[in-house]
Amino acid sequence: MSVFDGLKFRKVYSPIHNLDPRIKFIYVCAVFVAAILFGSILPLSALFLMQLPFVFLARVQRQWLRSLRGALFLAVFIFFTNFIFSFINAGYVIVASNVEFAAAMTLRFVVLVESFSVFFLTTSPDLLGLALEESHVPYEFSFAFTTAVRFVPVLAEEAQTIMDAQKARGLELEKGNFMKRIRNYIPVLIPLIVSAIRRSLELAEAMESRAWGATKKRTNLYGLTLHKGDFVLLGITMAILVVAVYVLLFVPVPTLTKLFL
Amino acid sequence: MIVVEGVRFTYSGGVEALRDVSLTVKDGEFVAIMGQNGAGKTTLVKHFNGLLKPSKGTVRIDGVETTKTSIAKLSRTVGFVFQNPDHQLFSETVEEEIAFALKNFGFEEEVIQKQITWALNLLSLTQYRKTSPFMLSGGERKRVALASVLAWDPQILIMDEPTIGQDHEQKEKLRQFIVQLQAQEKTVVIVTHDVEFVAECNPRVVLMKEGKIVADGKGKDILTNIEALAQSSIVLPQIAQIFTQLAPLGLSRNVIDIYEAKDILLQAWEKRRT
Repeated sequence: MSVFDGLKFRKVYSPIHNLDPRIKFIYVCAVFVAAILFGSILPLSALFLMQLPFVFLARVQRQWLRSLRGALFLAVFIFFTNFIFSFINAGYVIVASNVEFAAAMTLRFVVLVESFSVFFLTTSPDLLGLALEESHVPYEFSFAFTTAVRFVPVLAEEAQTIMDAQKARGLELEKGNFMKRIRNYIPVLIPLIVSAIRRSLELAEAMESRAWGATKKRTNLYGLTLHKGDFVLLGITMAILVVAVYVLLFVPVPTLTKLFL
Repeated sequence: MIVVEGVRFTYSGGVEALRDVSLTVKDGEFVAIMGQNGAGKTTLVKHFNGLLKPSKGTVRIDGVETTKTSIAKLSRTVGFVFQNPDHQLFSETVEEEIAFALKNFGFEEEVIQKQITWALNLLSLTQYRKTSPFMLSGGERKRVALASVLAWDPQILIMDEPTIGQDHEQKEKLRQFIVQLQAQEKTVVIVTHDVEFVAECNPRVVLMKEGKIVADGKGKDILTNIEALAQSSIVLPQIAQIFTQLAPLGLSRNVIDIYEAKDILLQAWEKRRT
Protein backbone atom coordinates (compact mmCIF):
# COMPACT_ATOMS: atom_id res chain seq x y z
CA MET A 1 0.00 0.00 0.00
CA SER A 2 3.03 2.27 0.34
CA VAL A 3 2.86 3.17 -3.39
CA PHE A 4 -0.64 4.54 -2.85
CA ASP A 5 0.51 6.46 0.19
CA GLY A 6 3.11 8.10 -2.02
CA LEU A 7 0.41 9.34 -4.36
CA LYS A 8 -2.13 10.41 -1.77
CA PHE A 9 -2.88 14.12 -1.78
CA ARG A 10 -2.59 16.02 1.47
CA LYS A 11 -3.67 19.58 1.83
CA VAL A 12 -0.61 21.76 2.31
CA TYR A 13 -0.13 25.36 1.26
CA SER A 14 2.95 25.74 -0.87
CA PRO A 15 3.85 27.50 -4.10
CA ILE A 16 3.75 24.13 -5.88
CA HIS A 17 0.30 23.23 -4.54
CA ASN A 18 -1.03 26.56 -5.80
CA LEU A 19 0.11 26.02 -9.36
CA ASP A 20 -2.47 25.41 -12.05
CA PRO A 21 -2.95 21.66 -12.48
CA ARG A 22 -3.02 22.01 -16.27
CA ILE A 23 0.41 23.59 -16.40
CA LYS A 24 1.73 21.10 -13.86
CA PHE A 25 0.41 18.31 -16.04
CA ILE A 26 2.11 19.75 -19.12
CA TYR A 27 5.31 19.96 -17.10
CA VAL A 28 5.03 16.31 -16.04
CA CYS A 29 4.40 15.33 -19.66
CA ALA A 30 7.48 17.30 -20.77
CA VAL A 31 9.61 15.51 -18.18
CA PHE A 32 8.07 12.26 -19.35
CA VAL A 33 8.98 12.98 -22.98
CA ALA A 34 12.49 14.10 -22.06
CA ALA A 35 13.01 10.93 -20.02
CA ILE A 36 11.93 8.83 -22.99
CA LEU A 37 14.16 10.79 -25.40
CA PHE A 38 17.34 10.05 -23.45
CA GLY A 39 18.69 6.64 -22.61
CA SER A 40 21.91 7.48 -20.83
CA ILE A 41 22.75 8.27 -17.26
CA LEU A 42 23.90 11.89 -17.43
CA PRO A 43 20.78 13.56 -18.89
CA LEU A 44 18.50 11.29 -16.85
CA SER A 45 20.37 12.27 -13.69
CA ALA A 46 19.91 15.89 -14.64
CA LEU A 47 16.16 15.28 -15.04
CA PHE A 48 16.09 13.51 -11.69
CA LEU A 49 17.88 16.36 -9.89
CA MET A 50 15.71 18.98 -11.56
CA GLN A 51 12.61 17.65 -9.75
CA LEU A 52 14.14 17.95 -6.30
CA PRO A 53 13.52 21.69 -5.85
CA PHE A 54 9.82 21.03 -6.53
CA VAL A 55 9.73 18.30 -3.89
CA PHE A 56 11.30 20.55 -1.28
CA LEU A 57 9.29 23.62 -2.24
CA ALA A 58 6.11 21.57 -1.89
CA ARG A 59 7.30 20.11 1.45
CA VAL A 60 6.26 16.60 0.50
CA GLN A 61 9.70 14.97 0.96
CA ARG A 62 8.45 12.24 3.28
CA GLN A 63 5.54 11.09 1.14
CA TRP A 64 7.69 11.46 -1.95
CA LEU A 65 10.36 9.20 -0.47
CA ARG A 66 7.66 6.72 0.43
CA SER A 67 6.46 6.59 -3.17
CA LEU A 68 10.01 5.96 -4.33
CA ARG A 69 10.36 3.22 -1.75
CA GLY A 70 7.11 1.75 -3.07
CA ALA A 71 8.60 1.73 -6.56
CA LEU A 72 11.80 0.07 -5.35
CA PHE A 73 10.67 -3.46 -6.16
CA LEU A 74 9.80 -2.58 -9.75
CA ALA A 75 13.02 -0.58 -10.11
CA VAL A 76 15.11 -3.57 -9.04
CA PHE A 77 13.14 -5.74 -11.44
CA ILE A 78 13.74 -3.31 -14.32
CA PHE A 79 17.44 -3.14 -13.51
CA PHE A 80 17.89 -6.89 -13.59
CA THR A 81 15.82 -7.59 -16.73
CA ASN A 82 17.71 -4.87 -18.61
CA PHE A 83 20.99 -6.11 -17.27
CA ILE A 84 20.28 -9.70 -18.26
CA PHE A 85 19.16 -8.77 -21.78
CA SER A 86 22.12 -6.49 -22.45
CA PHE A 87 24.31 -9.22 -20.99
CA ILE A 88 22.90 -11.66 -23.55
CA ASN A 89 23.18 -9.04 -26.32
CA ALA A 90 26.81 -8.36 -25.52
CA GLY A 91 27.56 -12.03 -26.02
CA TYR A 92 27.41 -13.28 -22.45
CA VAL A 93 30.08 -11.00 -21.05
CA ILE A 94 29.69 -8.46 -18.31
CA VAL A 95 30.96 -5.07 -19.40
CA ALA A 96 30.65 -1.77 -17.63
CA SER A 97 28.37 -0.40 -20.34
CA ASN A 98 25.84 -3.16 -19.59
CA VAL A 99 25.58 -2.05 -16.02
CA GLU A 100 25.37 1.57 -17.10
CA PHE A 101 22.58 0.81 -19.58
CA ALA A 102 20.55 -1.10 -16.96
CA ALA A 103 21.11 1.70 -14.46
CA ALA A 104 19.97 4.29 -17.03
CA MET A 105 16.76 2.38 -17.75
CA THR A 106 16.08 2.13 -14.02
CA LEU A 107 16.78 5.81 -13.57
CA ARG A 108 14.33 6.58 -16.38
CA PHE A 109 11.64 4.67 -14.48
CA VAL A 110 12.54 6.46 -11.25
CA VAL A 111 12.29 9.84 -12.98
CA LEU A 112 8.80 8.95 -14.26
CA VAL A 113 7.64 7.79 -10.83
CA GLU A 114 9.23 10.86 -9.25
CA SER A 115 7.46 13.37 -11.46
CA PHE A 116 4.07 11.67 -11.30
CA SER A 117 4.41 11.38 -7.56
CA VAL A 118 5.09 15.11 -7.22
CA PHE A 119 2.13 15.83 -9.46
CA PHE A 120 -0.36 13.70 -7.53
CA LEU A 121 1.02 14.70 -4.14
CA THR A 122 0.52 18.38 -4.87
CA THR A 123 -2.71 18.36 -6.88
CA SER A 124 -6.03 17.78 -5.14
CA PRO A 125 -8.45 15.43 -6.93
CA ASP A 126 -10.94 18.31 -7.07
CA LEU A 127 -8.56 20.59 -8.91
CA LEU A 128 -7.64 17.76 -11.21
CA GLY A 129 -11.29 17.24 -12.09
CA LEU A 130 -11.73 20.94 -12.60
CA ALA A 131 -8.70 21.00 -14.89
CA LEU A 132 -10.15 18.17 -16.95
CA GLU A 133 -13.49 19.91 -17.10
CA GLU A 134 -11.96 23.20 -18.22
CA SER A 135 -10.01 21.30 -20.86
CA HIS A 136 -13.44 20.38 -22.29
CA VAL A 137 -13.40 16.77 -21.12
CA PRO A 138 -17.10 15.82 -20.64
CA TYR A 139 -18.08 16.15 -16.99
CA GLU A 140 -19.11 12.48 -16.81
CA PHE A 141 -15.52 11.46 -17.54
CA SER A 142 -13.81 13.99 -15.34
CA PHE A 143 -16.14 13.08 -12.48
CA ALA A 144 -15.48 9.37 -12.92
CA PHE A 145 -11.76 10.09 -12.93
CA THR A 146 -11.74 12.24 -9.79
CA THR A 147 -13.99 9.78 -7.99
CA ALA A 148 -11.65 6.93 -8.86
CA VAL A 149 -8.63 8.86 -7.58
CA ARG A 150 -10.46 9.88 -4.44
CA PHE A 151 -11.57 6.36 -3.60
CA VAL A 152 -8.15 4.74 -3.82
CA PRO A 153 -7.22 5.51 -0.20
CA VAL A 154 -10.73 4.59 0.94
CA LEU A 155 -10.44 1.21 -0.74
CA ALA A 156 -6.96 0.68 0.66
CA GLU A 157 -8.29 1.29 4.16
CA GLU A 158 -11.23 -1.01 3.53
CA ALA A 159 -8.91 -3.75 2.28
CA GLN A 160 -7.02 -3.48 5.57
CA THR A 161 -10.23 -3.83 7.61
CA ILE A 162 -11.31 -6.85 5.56
CA MET A 163 -7.92 -8.48 6.04
CA ASP A 164 -8.25 -7.91 9.78
CA ALA A 165 -11.77 -9.38 9.81
CA GLN A 166 -10.63 -12.51 7.99
CA LYS A 167 -7.49 -12.87 10.09
CA ALA A 168 -9.77 -12.79 13.12
CA ARG A 169 -11.42 -15.87 11.61
CA GLY A 170 -8.15 -17.73 11.43
CA LEU A 171 -7.10 -16.82 7.88
CA GLU A 172 -3.33 -16.84 7.50
CA LEU A 173 -2.45 -14.89 4.37
CA GLU A 174 1.24 -15.80 4.41
CA LYS A 175 0.68 -19.53 4.74
CA GLY A 176 1.23 -22.16 2.06
CA ASN A 177 2.92 -22.27 -1.33
CA PHE A 178 2.61 -19.65 -4.07
CA MET A 179 -0.76 -20.83 -5.44
CA LYS A 180 -2.19 -21.27 -1.96
CA ARG A 181 -1.13 -17.76 -1.06
CA ILE A 182 -2.94 -16.33 -4.05
CA ARG A 183 -6.05 -18.30 -3.11
CA ASN A 184 -5.74 -16.96 0.44
CA TYR A 185 -6.67 -13.55 -0.93
CA ILE A 186 -10.10 -14.65 -2.24
CA PRO A 187 -11.79 -13.99 1.13
CA VAL A 188 -10.31 -10.49 0.98
CA LEU A 189 -11.01 -9.68 -2.65
CA ILE A 190 -14.66 -10.74 -2.79
CA PRO A 191 -15.85 -8.53 0.08
CA LEU A 192 -13.72 -5.70 -1.30
CA ILE A 193 -15.27 -5.93 -4.76
CA VAL A 194 -18.79 -6.45 -3.46
CA SER A 195 -18.54 -3.46 -1.16
CA ALA A 196 -17.01 -1.31 -3.93
CA ILE A 197 -19.96 -2.15 -6.18
CA ARG A 198 -22.41 -1.52 -3.39
CA ARG A 199 -20.72 1.78 -2.63
CA SER A 200 -20.85 2.87 -6.26
CA LEU A 201 -24.57 2.09 -6.48
CA GLU A 202 -25.19 4.08 -3.32
CA LEU A 203 -23.09 6.92 -4.67
CA ALA A 204 -25.07 6.91 -7.91
CA GLU A 205 -28.36 7.13 -6.02
CA ALA A 206 -27.05 9.87 -3.78
CA MET A 207 -25.85 11.83 -6.80
CA GLU A 208 -29.11 11.46 -8.65
CA SER A 209 -31.03 12.64 -5.64
CA ARG A 210 -28.82 15.73 -5.74
CA ALA A 211 -29.77 16.54 -9.33
CA TRP A 212 -26.82 15.01 -11.14
CA GLY A 213 -27.05 15.89 -14.83
CA ALA A 214 -30.06 18.15 -14.39
CA THR A 215 -28.60 20.91 -16.56
CA LYS A 216 -26.38 20.72 -19.60
CA LYS A 217 -24.10 23.50 -18.47
CA ARG A 218 -22.70 23.16 -14.98
CA THR A 219 -21.23 26.17 -13.23
CA ASN A 220 -18.26 26.08 -10.89
CA LEU A 221 -17.73 27.80 -7.56
CA TYR A 222 -14.04 28.23 -8.29
CA GLY A 223 -12.57 28.66 -11.74
CA LEU A 224 -9.00 28.07 -12.81
CA THR A 225 -6.98 31.12 -13.72
CA LEU A 226 -3.31 31.31 -14.60
CA HIS A 227 -1.02 33.28 -12.28
CA LYS A 228 2.57 34.43 -12.49
CA GLY A 229 3.92 31.16 -11.10
CA ASP A 230 2.06 29.20 -13.77
CA PHE A 231 3.72 31.18 -16.55
CA VAL A 232 7.11 30.65 -14.92
CA LEU A 233 6.49 26.91 -14.83
CA LEU A 234 5.29 26.99 -18.41
CA GLY A 235 8.55 28.77 -19.33
CA ILE A 236 10.59 26.12 -17.49
CA THR A 237 8.67 23.41 -19.30
CA MET A 238 9.34 24.95 -22.70
CA ALA A 239 13.00 25.39 -21.79
CA ILE A 240 13.27 21.72 -20.81
CA LEU A 241 11.80 20.63 -24.11
CA VAL A 242 13.95 22.99 -26.18
CA VAL A 243 17.14 22.06 -24.34
CA ALA A 244 16.27 18.38 -24.56
CA VAL A 245 15.74 18.50 -28.31
CA TYR A 246 18.85 20.66 -28.83
CA VAL A 247 21.05 18.32 -26.80
CA LEU A 248 19.59 15.34 -28.58
CA LEU A 249 20.33 16.80 -32.02
CA PHE A 250 23.58 18.68 -31.58
CA VAL A 251 25.37 17.64 -28.38
CA PRO A 252 26.88 14.16 -28.23
CA VAL A 253 26.12 12.97 -24.69
CA PRO A 254 29.04 10.95 -23.34
CA THR A 255 28.33 7.84 -21.35
CA LEU A 256 30.00 7.37 -17.99
CA THR A 257 31.87 4.37 -19.33
CA LYS A 258 33.41 6.49 -22.07
CA LEU A 259 34.24 9.28 -19.67
CA PHE A 260 36.02 7.22 -17.08
CA LEU A 261 37.27 4.06 -18.75
CA MET B 1 -8.55 -13.40 31.17
CA ILE B 2 -7.51 -10.23 29.36
CA VAL B 3 -4.78 -8.20 31.02
CA VAL B 4 -3.80 -4.88 29.45
CA GLU B 5 -0.91 -3.06 31.08
CA GLY B 6 0.28 0.44 30.24
CA VAL B 7 -0.57 0.11 26.56
CA ARG B 8 0.22 2.89 24.17
CA PHE B 9 -0.51 2.61 20.49
CA THR B 10 0.40 4.93 17.64
CA TYR B 11 -0.86 4.35 14.10
CA SER B 12 1.70 4.48 11.32
CA GLY B 13 0.26 7.87 10.29
CA GLY B 14 1.39 9.24 13.67
CA VAL B 15 -1.98 9.34 15.42
CA GLU B 16 -1.66 8.23 19.04
CA ALA B 17 -4.84 6.22 19.59
CA LEU B 18 -4.10 4.72 23.01
CA ARG B 19 -2.31 6.57 25.77
CA ASP B 20 -1.37 4.40 28.68
CA VAL B 21 -4.37 2.09 28.96
CA SER B 22 -4.53 -0.55 31.68
CA LEU B 23 -7.51 -2.85 32.04
CA THR B 24 -8.24 -6.33 33.34
CA VAL B 25 -11.22 -8.32 32.13
CA LYS B 26 -11.82 -11.44 34.21
CA ASP B 27 -13.17 -14.71 32.86
CA GLY B 28 -16.93 -14.63 32.51
CA GLU B 29 -17.15 -10.86 32.73
CA PHE B 30 -19.39 -8.77 30.46
CA VAL B 31 -17.84 -5.43 29.58
CA ALA B 32 -19.15 -2.61 27.41
CA ILE B 33 -16.55 -0.19 26.13
CA MET B 34 -18.08 3.20 25.39
CA GLY B 35 -16.89 6.60 24.30
CA GLN B 36 -17.19 9.00 21.41
CA ASN B 37 -15.82 8.36 17.93
CA GLY B 38 -12.06 8.32 17.87
CA ALA B 39 -11.76 7.61 21.60
CA GLY B 40 -9.75 4.45 20.87
CA LYS B 41 -12.41 1.81 21.62
CA THR B 42 -11.92 -0.27 18.48
CA THR B 43 -8.16 0.22 18.61
CA LEU B 44 -8.18 -1.18 22.14
CA VAL B 45 -10.21 -4.29 21.35
CA LYS B 46 -8.14 -4.97 18.24
CA HIS B 47 -5.29 -5.55 20.68
CA PHE B 48 -7.19 -8.40 22.32
CA ASN B 49 -6.72 -10.81 19.42
CA GLY B 50 -3.40 -9.45 18.25
CA LEU B 51 -4.66 -7.59 15.18
CA LEU B 52 -2.78 -4.64 16.62
CA LYS B 53 0.30 -4.97 18.78
CA PRO B 54 0.99 -2.34 21.45
CA SER B 55 3.69 0.23 20.68
CA LYS B 56 4.41 0.18 24.42
CA GLY B 57 3.09 -1.95 27.28
CA THR B 58 1.69 -5.47 27.15
CA VAL B 59 -1.55 -7.27 26.40
CA ARG B 60 -1.89 -10.79 27.75
CA ILE B 61 -4.65 -13.26 26.98
CA ASP B 62 -4.76 -16.08 29.51
CA GLY B 63 -1.19 -15.23 30.41
CA VAL B 64 0.13 -15.28 26.82
CA GLU B 65 1.55 -12.04 25.51
CA THR B 66 -0.05 -11.11 22.18
CA THR B 67 3.30 -10.14 20.66
CA LYS B 68 4.59 -13.66 21.20
CA THR B 69 1.91 -15.56 19.29
CA SER B 70 -0.07 -15.37 16.05
CA ILE B 71 -3.44 -13.80 15.37
CA ALA B 72 -4.73 -17.18 14.21
CA LYS B 73 -3.76 -18.83 17.50
CA LEU B 74 -5.23 -16.02 19.59
CA SER B 75 -8.43 -16.05 17.54
CA ARG B 76 -9.08 -19.61 18.67
CA THR B 77 -9.70 -18.15 22.15
CA VAL B 78 -10.77 -14.64 21.19
CA GLY B 79 -13.63 -14.39 18.71
CA PHE B 80 -13.91 -10.96 17.10
CA VAL B 81 -17.09 -9.87 15.29
CA PHE B 82 -16.46 -6.82 13.14
CA GLN B 83 -18.84 -3.91 12.90
CA ASN B 84 -19.66 -4.28 9.21
CA PRO B 85 -20.61 -7.81 8.13
CA ASP B 86 -19.87 -6.87 4.52
CA HIS B 87 -16.21 -6.77 5.45
CA GLN B 88 -16.11 -10.49 5.92
CA LEU B 89 -18.87 -12.26 3.97
CA PHE B 90 -17.57 -13.84 0.78
CA SER B 91 -18.91 -17.39 0.48
CA GLU B 92 -21.63 -18.70 -1.79
CA THR B 93 -23.78 -20.01 1.02
CA VAL B 94 -24.28 -19.11 4.65
CA GLU B 95 -23.17 -22.62 5.55
CA GLU B 96 -19.81 -22.20 3.81
CA GLU B 97 -19.38 -18.80 5.37
CA ILE B 98 -19.66 -20.33 8.81
CA ALA B 99 -17.42 -23.25 7.85
CA PHE B 100 -14.62 -20.90 6.75
CA ALA B 101 -13.13 -20.25 10.16
CA LEU B 102 -13.72 -23.84 11.30
CA LYS B 103 -11.71 -25.09 8.32
CA ASN B 104 -8.97 -22.56 9.04
CA PHE B 105 -8.71 -23.89 12.57
CA GLY B 106 -8.54 -27.44 11.25
CA PHE B 107 -11.74 -28.89 12.71
CA GLU B 108 -12.91 -32.35 11.54
CA GLU B 109 -15.65 -32.42 8.91
CA GLU B 110 -18.20 -33.95 11.33
CA VAL B 111 -17.49 -31.36 13.97
CA ILE B 112 -17.82 -28.60 11.38
CA GLN B 113 -21.29 -29.82 10.36
CA LYS B 114 -22.34 -30.06 13.98
CA GLN B 115 -21.05 -26.60 14.86
CA ILE B 116 -22.73 -25.04 11.79
CA THR B 117 -26.09 -26.51 12.75
CA TRP B 118 -25.60 -25.33 16.31
CA ALA B 119 -24.61 -21.77 15.35
CA LEU B 120 -27.41 -21.41 12.77
CA ASN B 121 -29.94 -22.57 15.29
CA LEU B 122 -28.60 -20.25 17.96
CA LEU B 123 -29.10 -17.18 15.77
CA SER B 124 -32.32 -18.38 14.09
CA LEU B 125 -30.70 -18.64 10.68
CA THR B 126 -31.40 -22.32 9.99
CA GLN B 127 -33.71 -21.55 7.07
CA TYR B 128 -30.90 -19.66 5.30
CA ARG B 129 -28.35 -22.47 5.48
CA LYS B 130 -28.08 -22.77 1.68
CA THR B 131 -28.81 -19.12 0.85
CA SER B 132 -26.15 -16.73 -0.41
CA PRO B 133 -25.21 -14.34 2.38
CA PHE B 134 -25.41 -11.48 -0.13
CA MET B 135 -29.15 -12.10 -0.58
CA LEU B 136 -29.89 -11.50 3.09
CA SER B 137 -30.97 -8.26 4.74
CA GLY B 138 -28.50 -6.11 6.65
CA GLY B 139 -29.59 -7.43 10.04
CA GLU B 140 -29.44 -11.01 8.84
CA ARG B 141 -25.97 -10.54 7.38
CA LYS B 142 -24.91 -9.21 10.74
CA ARG B 143 -26.20 -12.38 12.38
CA VAL B 144 -24.40 -14.55 9.84
CA ALA B 145 -21.17 -12.73 10.68
CA LEU B 146 -21.83 -13.36 14.37
CA ALA B 147 -22.68 -17.02 13.73
CA SER B 148 -19.47 -17.46 11.73
CA VAL B 149 -17.48 -16.44 14.78
CA LEU B 150 -19.57 -18.19 17.44
CA ALA B 151 -19.30 -21.44 15.51
CA TRP B 152 -15.88 -22.22 16.95
CA ASP B 153 -17.15 -21.45 20.44
CA PRO B 154 -14.43 -18.99 21.54
CA GLN B 155 -13.94 -18.41 25.26
CA ILE B 156 -13.83 -14.64 24.78
CA LEU B 157 -16.23 -12.88 22.40
CA ILE B 158 -15.61 -9.35 21.20
CA MET B 159 -18.33 -7.52 19.27
CA ASP B 160 -17.78 -4.15 17.62
CA GLU B 161 -21.09 -2.24 17.49
CA PRO B 162 -23.32 -5.33 17.58
CA THR B 163 -26.60 -3.41 17.72
CA ILE B 164 -26.17 -1.24 14.62
CA GLY B 165 -28.81 -2.02 12.00
CA GLN B 166 -30.71 -4.37 14.33
CA ASP B 167 -34.38 -3.80 15.09
CA HIS B 168 -35.60 -3.83 18.64
CA GLU B 169 -36.56 -7.50 18.59
CA GLN B 170 -33.12 -8.52 17.34
CA LYS B 171 -31.47 -6.37 19.98
CA GLU B 172 -33.52 -8.10 22.65
CA LYS B 173 -32.46 -11.47 21.20
CA LEU B 174 -28.85 -10.33 21.24
CA ARG B 175 -29.24 -9.38 24.89
CA GLN B 176 -30.71 -12.73 25.81
CA PHE B 177 -28.00 -14.36 23.83
CA ILE B 178 -25.30 -12.54 25.79
CA VAL B 179 -27.02 -13.60 29.01
CA GLN B 180 -26.84 -17.16 27.72
CA LEU B 181 -23.10 -16.79 27.00
CA GLN B 182 -22.67 -15.41 30.51
CA ALA B 183 -24.31 -18.52 31.92
CA GLN B 184 -21.63 -20.52 30.13
CA GLU B 185 -18.95 -18.38 31.82
CA LYS B 186 -17.88 -16.81 28.53
CA THR B 187 -16.23 -13.42 28.53
CA VAL B 188 -18.07 -10.86 26.41
CA VAL B 189 -16.68 -7.47 25.41
CA ILE B 190 -18.78 -5.11 23.31
CA VAL B 191 -17.86 -1.77 21.82
CA THR B 192 -20.96 0.36 21.44
CA HIS B 193 -22.62 3.75 21.31
CA ASP B 194 -26.00 2.29 22.14
CA VAL B 195 -26.70 3.65 25.63
CA GLU B 196 -30.15 2.09 25.89
CA PHE B 197 -28.80 -1.34 25.00
CA VAL B 198 -26.09 -1.05 27.63
CA ALA B 199 -28.65 0.16 30.17
CA GLU B 200 -30.77 -2.91 29.51
CA CYS B 201 -27.82 -5.27 29.80
CA ASN B 202 -26.23 -3.48 32.75
CA PRO B 203 -22.67 -4.79 32.24
CA ARG B 204 -19.43 -3.37 33.57
CA VAL B 205 -18.87 -0.14 31.63
CA VAL B 206 -15.48 1.20 30.59
CA LEU B 207 -15.62 4.78 29.39
CA MET B 208 -12.89 5.98 27.06
CA LYS B 209 -11.85 9.43 25.91
CA GLU B 210 -8.93 10.46 23.72
CA GLY B 211 -7.13 7.17 24.10
CA LYS B 212 -7.54 6.91 27.86
CA ILE B 213 -9.93 5.15 30.20
CA VAL B 214 -11.79 7.89 32.07
CA ALA B 215 -14.26 5.78 34.02
CA ASP B 216 -14.67 2.12 34.81
CA GLY B 217 -17.33 0.52 36.96
CA LYS B 218 -20.83 -0.92 37.21
CA GLY B 219 -23.12 0.10 34.37
CA LYS B 220 -25.59 1.46 36.87
CA ASP B 221 -23.00 3.82 38.34
CA ILE B 222 -21.33 4.97 35.12
CA LEU B 223 -24.53 5.45 33.12
CA THR B 224 -26.01 7.69 35.81
CA ASN B 225 -22.83 9.72 36.26
CA ILE B 226 -23.74 12.87 34.38
CA GLU B 227 -20.26 14.46 34.51
CA ALA B 228 -18.43 11.37 33.25
CA LEU B 229 -20.92 10.82 30.44
CA ALA B 230 -20.91 14.47 29.37
CA GLN B 231 -17.12 14.28 29.03
CA SER B 232 -17.53 11.48 26.52
CA SER B 233 -20.50 13.10 24.75
CA ILE B 234 -22.82 10.31 25.83
CA VAL B 235 -26.39 11.10 26.85
CA LEU B 236 -27.99 9.45 29.85
CA PRO B 237 -30.25 6.48 29.18
CA GLN B 238 -33.90 7.58 29.11
CA ILE B 239 -34.73 6.07 32.49
CA ALA B 240 -31.77 7.81 34.09
CA GLN B 241 -32.93 11.07 32.48
CA ILE B 242 -36.36 10.70 34.08
CA PHE B 243 -34.86 9.98 37.48
CA THR B 244 -32.45 12.90 37.19
CA GLN B 245 -35.44 15.17 36.65
CA LEU B 246 -37.34 13.54 39.50
CA ALA B 247 -34.39 13.98 41.88
CA PRO B 248 -36.02 16.95 43.68
CA LEU B 249 -38.73 14.52 44.88
CA GLY B 250 -36.06 12.69 46.83
CA LEU B 251 -35.94 9.64 44.58
CA SER B 252 -32.68 7.84 43.86
CA ARG B 253 -30.95 8.98 40.69
CA ASN B 254 -29.04 5.78 40.36
CA VAL B 255 -31.57 3.88 38.23
CA ILE B 256 -31.27 2.47 34.71
CA ASP B 257 -33.40 -0.66 34.89
CA ILE B 258 -37.05 -0.58 33.81
CA TYR B 259 -38.28 -2.92 36.55
CA GLU B 260 -36.37 -1.17 39.28
CA ALA B 261 -37.76 2.14 38.00
CA LYS B 262 -41.27 0.77 38.09
CA ASP B 263 -40.88 -0.43 41.68
CA ILE B 264 -39.45 2.86 42.88
CA LEU B 265 -42.20 4.86 41.18
CA LEU B 266 -44.90 2.57 42.54
CA GLN B 267 -43.53 2.92 46.05
CA ALA B 268 -43.36 6.69 45.75
CA TRP B 269 -46.90 6.75 44.47
CA GLU B 270 -48.17 4.52 47.28
CA LYS B 271 -46.45 6.73 49.84
CA ARG B 272 -48.13 9.82 48.45
CA ARG B 273 -51.56 8.23 48.57
CA THR B 274 -51.31 7.26 52.22
